[in-house]
Amino acid sequence: MDGNNVIIETQGLTKRYGSIVAVEDLSLVVPSGHIFGFLGPNGAGKTTTILMLLGLTRPTRGRAVVCGFDPTREAIRVKRMVGYLPEHLGFYDDLTARENLKYVARLNGIRDEEAAEKLDKALDTVGLTEDSNRRVGTFSRGMRQRLGIAEILIKEPRLVILDEPTLGLDPEASNRMIDLIQKLSKEKGMTVLFSSHFLPQVQRISDRIGIMIRGRMVAEGSIDDLAKEKLGVGKEKYSLEELYMRYFQEE
Amino acid sequence: MRGTYAVFRKELADHFGSYRFAILFALITMVSLIMVYMAGTGIREAFQGTVKPRFVFLMLFTSTGALFSLVQFVGFFGPLIGLVLGFDAINRERATGTLSKLVSQPIYRDSIINGKFLAGVATIFIMLCSIALLISALGIVVLGVVPGVEEVLRVIFYLLVSVFYISFWLGLAILFSLLFRSTATSALAVLALWIFFSFFVSLGATVLANAISPVEKERAALEDVMDNLRIQRAVSLASPMTLYSDSVAVIVDPLRKTVKPLLLVGPMEKLSSERFRNPLPLIQSLLVVFPYITVLVAITLICFGASYAVFMLQEVRSL
Repeated sequence: MDGNNVIIETQGLTKRYGSIVAVEDLSLVVPSGHIFGFLGPNGAGKTTTILMLLGLTRPTRGRAVVCGFDPTREAIRVKRMVGYLPEHLGFYDDLTARENLKYVARLNGIRDEEAAEKLDKALDTVGLTEDSNRRVGTFSRGMRQRLGIAEILIKEPRLVILDEPTLGLDPEASNRMIDLIQKLSKEKGMTVLFSSHFLPQVQRISDRIGIMIRGRMVAEGSIDDLAKEKLGVGKEKYSLEELYMRYFQEE
Repeated sequence: MRGTYAVFRKELADHFGSYRFAILFALITMVSLIMVYMAGTGIREAFQGTVKPRFVFLMLFTSTGALFSLVQFVGFFGPLIGLVLGFDAINRERATGTLSKLVSQPIYRDSIINGKFLAGVATIFIMLCSIALLISALGIVVLGVVPGVEEVLRVIFYLLVSVFYISFWLGLAILFSLLFRSTATSALAVLALWIFFSFFVSLGATVLANAISPVEKERAALEDVMDNLRIQRAVSLASPMTLYSDSVAVIVDPLRKTVKPLLLVGPMEKLSSERFRNPLPLIQSLLVVFPYITVLVAITLICFGASYAVFMLQEVRSL
């Protein structure tokens, strides 16, 4: 497999919790440099898939290759190259934004001298420079999400996985987040996989999407191709919502 | 190693910056100073105008100036230090969502728990050493006696055993913080265990001994008394507190030659032991309590090992 062009590749990835199937036979390819929108109703298995890609959960069957490594066997190598923003993002509320970032830098083995510069850059990119010495406990949800992005930035990963990055944000903060994600891809050349329920935003920035329903990936490809295939229309004539609902009703 | 060190640094800074540590430290320092001062003045009065005994400095630790001696005090309330430092080690991070962030960083998962445990042990070590130095200074002023080499060595061993003892409670608290989701539950559970081991085990030991081998009040047969005491002792040894207080009692008191409460000796042995009331050399004192110390270290390691295993096997989904 060519590790440079394909960032994520899974074959028959399956996860069962007892008799409950969380993810069934998932085969997915995400090429380098793309923004991949991961859609699906709550409980469809998106988070489980993400955890398997990070090596945080062991698949029942099948295998995955992320950045050229198997996440179950070489979790550390994968985690070094993957930045992850969990759905329920946590910070040490008693520490300042800068101290939180510094801790992450240390965990990633970045020396303090290097870290200072990276920290400034990351804080600047997400627009938190002025608030960097405030305790995170006083931050709004939007600010916390952006701080989460800053945490990813100091790792300089090849792949960024964001689990519901815009959940619970007001429209302004949400748009800001989406712009930031686009920036990660365009300016830093990172591959992005993100899950979201805000379909217009997904449509705006995604190169490819995957729709997961009840543990199975029912559609995968570029939005245009899927729309042509399913709705028989060209661009501008449809919304992702129509497409999504069509898949959803068919299932 | 890198991950462990990063976690260690962060946790150590957290401990020293936290209010709970400041309060605990202030409280324990204050009580220790008061106790040593009272013990010191007591000793000074007792030996006024006479030649002071050889190990008078160590008596600061063992003599009961106030309600109980310093050694007893650490035995009773030392565990609280371990409990307070560890009861929310993992479940607080789980509740705030920082644990899932930690496990997605490029560190081995055990670095997290190793770092946390080591930071706790380091905190305990620093805390005990500084208190020991403080009370030694006060002791020198009050008694006017400088400790000899052997006394210093004995205090050092005493500190080491105490660090292990309190680390046992730290390990236990961390284990509970893994098993229970809510910090309140884990705090209550470890407190309950502490109270059980500290107060009820010795109580239960007496009850059990009296049930199995009752001692008649009027004419107690010697064998019955011995049996009774033996059972009592066997049961109370189940408590780490007994293990600890018995071993340190021998370490800080060179004149104590055994951990047994009662010995059967013949008339000649009695005579010789009374005539030659010499202190034991340090190495002999250590040998007397060596099994106790071994067990103390072992249960500390078992506690930590159990938390380690639980943490490594837990599904990340539940983190």
